[in-house]
Amino acid sequence: MNGANSTGDAVRDPAFETELQHLRPTLLRFALLHLRDEQSAEDVVQDTFLAALQGRGKFAGRAQLKTWLVAILRNKIVDRIRQRGREAPLPGLDEDEGDADAFDALFAADGHWQEKPAAWGNPEASLQQSRFYDVLELCMKALPENLCRVFTMREILEMETEEICKELQISTSNCWVVLYRARMRLRECLQLRWFGEGVPAE
Amino acid sequence: MKTCKEVHRLVIEGQDRQLSRMERISVRIHLMMCGACRRFEAQMGFLRQALRRFPGD
Ligand SMILES: [Zn+2]
Repeated sequence: MNGANSTGDAVRDPAFETELQHLRPTLLRFALLHLRDEQSAEDVVQDTFLAALQGRGKFAGRAQLKTWLVAILRNKIVDRIRQRGREAPLPGLDEDEGDADAFDALFAADGHWQEKPAAWGNPEASLQQSRFYDVLELCMKALPENLCRVFTMREILEMETEEICKELQISTSNCWVVLYRARMRLRECLQLRWFGEGVPAE
Repeated sequence: MKTCKEVHRLVIEGQDRQLSRMERISVRIHLMMCGACRRFEAQMGFLRQALRRFPGD
């Protein structure tokens, strides 16, 4: 934590630093999912720790520490993406991705579902299990890189669709198609790897 | 009348763009009558909820 000592309010707080250290792997994984580059991921996590050490006075309840850190980290990642967006447009994303028929097999010729979508039961039951988030991450990583990037910008960094298109220099309609595909694939993956295994219903 | 195929598409797109008034109404009406598409809509809602909570507490 170089530099922390140079600011007057950042007095050493070993207990707090230990907690940060403890959360480091989780934050790194989160950053890596979005940035896909170890060095950038390290950087944003460092920045997040610095901000956390400087701002910890404002932070009262330690119970929500992770949520608070992820919120800071999310902003740092968005900044980083904005910085580099225009330099590195998305690879392999062109108008060819516009063929929207990839999921046609889900439907009969008359437009009805071939198979009724499964009931996913009580969402809270899944959302409270840490193993669920591992599966979710696995499913996101299984997406082709371009889909994953657009999708995580939209859903995890919560950026507006217009901004994502602008940053990545793709057309709006293309953006929708990419997001459509990502959602459909993720749904498929969760069905297979989580809900298909007989998970908590109610 | 829209088919399930058209409606599932609009349900998804509704997460990323503002649907037109007509689109919203036709989706609503379809969902009132179609349990399969209601399930699909619930799945999409769940997905969003899960991603907003990622990486968990
Ligand atoms: Zn339907």
